Amino acid sequence: MNGPLNLAGGIAGASLPTKGCTERPVLRERGQREVFCGLTGIVWLHRKIQDAFFLVVGSRTCAHLMQSAAGVMIFAEPRFATAVMEERDLAGLADANEELDIAVTRLIERRPDIKMLFLVGSCPSEVIKLDLSRAAARLSERYAPDVRILNYSGSGIETTFTQGEDNCLAALVPQLPEVETAAPQLLVVGALADVVEDQFARLFDAMGIDDVRFLPPRRARDLPPVGASTRYLLAQPFLGETARVLEQRGASRIAAPFPLGAEGTTLWLKAAADAFGVDPMRFRSATAAAEARAKRALEPFRAELSGRSIFFFPDSQLEIPLARMLSRELGMQLTEVGTPYLHRQHLAEELALLPGDVQLSEGQDVDRQLDRARAARPDISVCGLGLANPLEMEGLTTKWSIELLFTPIQGYEQAGDLAGLFARPLDRKTRLRV
Amino acid sequence: MQLTVWTYEGPPHVGAMRVATAMEGVHYVLHAPQGDTYADLLFTMIERRSKRPPVTYTTFEARDLGTDTAALFQRTLISAYERFQPQAMLVGASCTAELIQDDPAGLAKASNLPVPVIPLELPSYQRKENWGAAETFYQVVRTLAGSGRAAVADADALKPLGSDGVPGNPPLPAGISPTRGEIVDVGAAPQSSMQDAKAQDDSGVRASSISPLVGEMPGRAEGGDAASLRSGQGDQLGPTEKNARRPSCNILGPTALGFRHRDDVAEIRKLLGEIGVAVNVVAPLGASPADIARLGEADFNVVLYPEIAGVAAKWLKRTFGQEFTTVVPIGHGATRDFVAEVRKLAGLPTEEADEAAEPASRLPWFSRSVDSNYLTGKRVFVFGDATHALAAARVATEEFGFTLCGLGTYSREFARDIRAAAERYGVEALISDDYLDVEAAIAAAQPELVLGTQMERHIAKRLGVACAVISAPVHVQDYPARYSPQMGFEGANVLWDSWVHPLVMGLEEHLLGMFRDDFEFNDAAVPSHLGSGVRVAAEPAVIAAPQMAEATLASAPADTLTTPEIWHVEAEAELRKIPFFVRGKARRNTEKFAAERGLSEITVETLYDAKAHYSR
Ligand code: SF4
Repeated sequence: MNGPLNLAGGIAGASLPTKGCTERPVLRERGQREVFCGLTGIVWLHRKIQDAFFLVVGSRTCAHLMQSAAGVMIFAEPRFATAVMEERDLAGLADANEELDIAVTRLIERRPDIKMLFLVGSCPSEVIKLDLSRAAARLSERYAPDVRILNYSGSGIETTFTQGEDNCLAALVPQLPEVETAAPQLLVVGALADVVEDQFARLFDAMGIDDVRFLPPRRARDLPPVGASTRYLLAQPFLGETARVLEQRGASRIAAPFPLGAEGTTLWLKAAADAFGVDPMRFRSATAAAEARAKRALEPFRAELSGRSIFFFPDSQLEIPLARMLSRELGMQLTEVGTPYLHRQHLAEELALLPGDVQLSEGQDVDRQLDRARAARPDISVCGLGLANPLEMEGLTTKWSIELLFTPIQGYEQAGDLAGLFARPLDRKTRLRV
Repeated sequence: MQLTVWTYEGPPHVGAMRVATAMEGVHYVLHAPQGDTYADLLFTMIERRSKRPPVTYTTFEARDLGTDTAALFQRTLISAYERFQPQAMLVGASCTAELIQDDPAGLAKASNLPVPVIPLELPSYQRKENWGAAETFYQVVRTLAGSGRAAVADADALKPLGSDGVPGNPPLPAGISPTRGEIVDVGAAPQSSMQDAKAQDDSGVRASSISPLVGEMPGRAEGGDAASLRSGQGDQLGPTEKNARRPSCNILGPTALGFRHRDDVAEIRKLLGEIGVAVNVVAPLGASPADIARLGEADFNVVLYPEIAGVAAKWLKRTFGQEFTTVVPIGHGATRDFVAEVRKLAGLPTEEADEAAEPASRLPWFSRSVDSNYLTGKRVFVFGDATHALAAARVATEEFGFTLCGLGTYSREFARDIRAAAERYGVEALISDDYLDVEAAIAAAQPELVLGTQMERHIAKRLGVACAVISAPVHVQDYPARYSPQMGFEGANVLWDSWVHPLVMGLEEHLLGMFRDDFEFNDAAVPSHLGSGVRVAAEPAVIAAPQMAEATLASAPADTLTTPEIWHVEAEAELRKIPFFVRGKARRNTEKFAAERGLSEITVETLYDAKAHYSR
C-alpha cells in the first residue's frame, strides 16, 4: 500500500489490505534513548482529572523535568508537586516514610479540594526501594473517606513518556466499582481532550450505545464501574498495563485501530458498533456527516502532504497509528517509524493497515538513528524537543512530537487539525525567505 | 523531603551540562535514566542552540540494575569517545546513578582513554545547578590548566568555618559519595559587606558598591577566606614582570543557558579593549581544553558570575597568583567601579575626570531628566540569583531612585551577602527557593515593581504588579534577538529601558489618579504603551486565564489583601478611587494607622488622616 488510497468511496467496512503483514521485521535498538520518562504524563493528567493531585516522590531532577517538559512554567499552582528527597531521606527508609507522611499532610491541609492523591514513584524512590504502595495504604487509612491515595510508577527506569498514563490508569482500575448489570456497557480508555470525549459520547449516543463511560473520569469521584459485562475500547495505543488489569476485572477488549483521521475514527467507532450489535444503517447515519466533514477537512492537506516523506523518532507510542493515518489518508511516504515500545497485540489492526515497505524500529540508539535520518533526508522528522532545533539547523524540517499529546487530535472534527500539525512546518518552510 | 512546586535551580548535573555545552571539544558522559535526557531541551529549545549538548546518557533501565550498569557505563563512555572524538571528557552520575554507586570515575580511569577524563562528584541530594556549574568549572580548570607557578599554600582555605553554614544541608551519609570527604559547610567569608565596602574604598572603589563575591561555595574546601584574597594586596603580584606587553585577563563565568551571558561577554570584552586590556581566554563559554591550558598566561581574571567562577578564580589565584575582580559590572556606577578595579589590577593609571563630562551610558542623564521624577520612591521588590539581586538593589536605589521594599535570593550559598545588603537597605532578606514563600513575601510587601526571575514575573502578573526579569532561571524570552547585555555601559542602558518600560508613565499616572471614573481608566487597563492585555486583579485574587481555573492555593497569599471587616463601605469606595498600583500601599498604611490607634472602623476620615500621617 504505497500509493494513496482512494478515499472517494466509503471507508466504513472498507476491505483491509492484505499486504501489510503483522509479522514484519522490526529493528530493535538498545542504545541511548532520547525520550521523557513516565512522569511527563502528569502534565496532561493533572488537567484531566480535576480533583486529583499528583505528588512525585523523587529528586530535584524530577521536579526540574516536570517544569521543563511543561514547556513553560505554568502560571498558577498546578495540581502536581514533587516531594524532593534530600540527604536525610536516604539515611533510612523509616525516615523517608516519615518525611513523606509530613509532606502529604502539609499538602492535604493546604489543598482541601483534593479528592484523590497519586503518589508517583520515580527512579530514586524505586532504587532506594521506598514502597509507595504501602505508603499509599497507610495514608489512605488516615485520610479516608475524604481523600483516596493511590500510587504508580512514572520512573524513567520503568516507563517511557506515555507509559506513565498507562500506569496511572492501571492504578485506578482496582478502585473502580463493580458493575451492577449484565447488560453490556462500553468503557473508553485513555485520556482524551474534554471536547473530543464529548464528541465521541454524542456519536455513541446517536448509534444507540447509551451506557458509555470514560476512563480516566473528569472527577475522581465519578469512577466508572467495571465487570464481566464491560467491553472496553482503547483510545490510546500505550495502555498495555491498564488493559491487563481491566481484563483481570473481567472486562474484554474491542480490537480496533485508533481514532486518528477520518478512516481511523470510523474503524474505531465501527468496532464498538459491531461489538454492541448496532445496525449498520444506524451506524452510517450516526457517523456519515461527521466522516464526510473530516474528509473534506483533510483534502487540502492531502494536496500538500501527498508524496512527502516522514521519519518518526520514538516518543509517545502514537507513532504507528499516526504513520498509518498519514500514509493512508494523506498519501505520505513512510521512511522509518520508531516507537519506544511495540505492543503487537494492541497494534495488530494498525500494523495490518501499514504499507509493506516501512521500516519499523523499537527502542532507540539516538546517534545511530540520527545517522539514518540524515541519510534518509525525510521531508519531515517527528522528534522530541531535544532533537528538533539541531535537525532544523542541519536542514531537516521537524515536527515536535510532544504537541501531538497536548493537542486534541482524535476523532472526526480534529482530523483536519491533526493533518495541519504536519503541514504547518512545510508551509512555513515555503513561506520563509530568510 | 521538600515539597516543591517550581524550582529555581535544576540538579547539579544540569550545572555541569551548562559548562560542557558552553565549551568546545568537551564531551560529558552522564550515567542517568532516560527521563533525564529532558535536559537537552533546555539548551535546544530555551536557548535555541543549534547543536545538541555534548552529552551522552547511559539511559539505564530497571532490568539493567540486576545485571551490570557499570559495564553499560563503560561501553557508553568508549563509544561516545569514538563517535565524538573530544579533547577532554567529563564523567558523572545523575541523582539515580549516584544511588547505585557504579563509580564512573574509577570506570573511566579503567577505560584508559587517550584524553583527559574529568570525574565529577556532584551530590544531587544536597546541591543544585549553580553549585554543579561551579564545581565542574573548577574541576575542568584544575585538571586542564596545569600547575603553573608554585602554588600558594593557603592554610585558611582548609579552615572549616563551623556551624554557621547553610541550613538543611547535613553532611552526606556514609556510602552516598564516599570519595567526597571534604564537605564543610562554608557559609561565607567572615566579613560583612559593610566592612567589605570599606576595604574596597581603600582600593579606589566606591564605598556603596556591594560585591557578591564574599559568598563561598559550601562544600568546597577550595573556598578559602575571601578576606585574604582581596584586591588590595594585588599590587605586589601585579603584572609588572610581564609589562613588556599589554596587560591581559581571562573572563570567567559565562556558560550555556546563562542569563544574557553571551551579550555580557561581548560588552565586557569591548570595555576591556577600551581600557587597554587584552582578553586572553573567555571560559567556559567558547573555550576548548587547549584554551583552559592557557589560563595561567593572563595577568589577572575578570569574574563575571561569582556563583559559577568564584571557586575556580580562587584556585587560579593560589596556583598562578592571578588576582581577580570583585565588582560585578551591572549598572552605571558598578561599571565605573569595575573599570577602576580592572585598571588597578592591570597596573594602569586611574582615569576619572572626563567620565563626568561624557558619561558612557545614557542612564545617568535619563534618570536626571525631569520626566523621570515619577520614578522617585517607587517600591521595588528584588529577587534573583545573588549576583543579579545585589546588583539590581544597588541600581534600583542609586540609579533609579526607587525604594527597596524587599530583597532576596534563592542562592543559599550567598545568603550572608544578601542579608548584609538587606540590612543596609533596611529591609528583611528573603533567602528561599520555595516559590510559594516568595509569592507570599511579594504579596505582603506590595511593591509597584518586581525585579525578579521568570517565576516572579508570573507572581507579579497575578498580583497586577509591573515586573522586569533580571536573573535566571530563564525562559525563551530571555534570549532576545537583539543585543541586550546586562553588564557594562550598554547594559545600563538596557536596564533603564527594561525596568521603566513596564511602569505606568508619569503623566498617565496622574491622569489615572485624577479621573478614576473614566471608564477606560479602570483597574483592568494596562499602561497605554503596553497594548492590549488584561490585567489580573490583585484583590480579590481571581485568576481569569482559562488553564488556571483552580486558584485555591494561589489565592492564599493574595488573601492577605482582602478587606477586613473594619472598612466602612464609603471608605472602601473611596479607596477604590486610588489607582491600583498605589492602592495596596494606601490600604496597608490606613490599616496600620487604624490599628495603632485602636480604631474599630475605618471611615473616609480615617483614610485621609492616614494619608496625611504618612505623607511627608
Ligand atoms: S528519569 Fe527518573 S530521575 Fe529522571 S526525571 Fe524521570 S523519574 Fe526522575
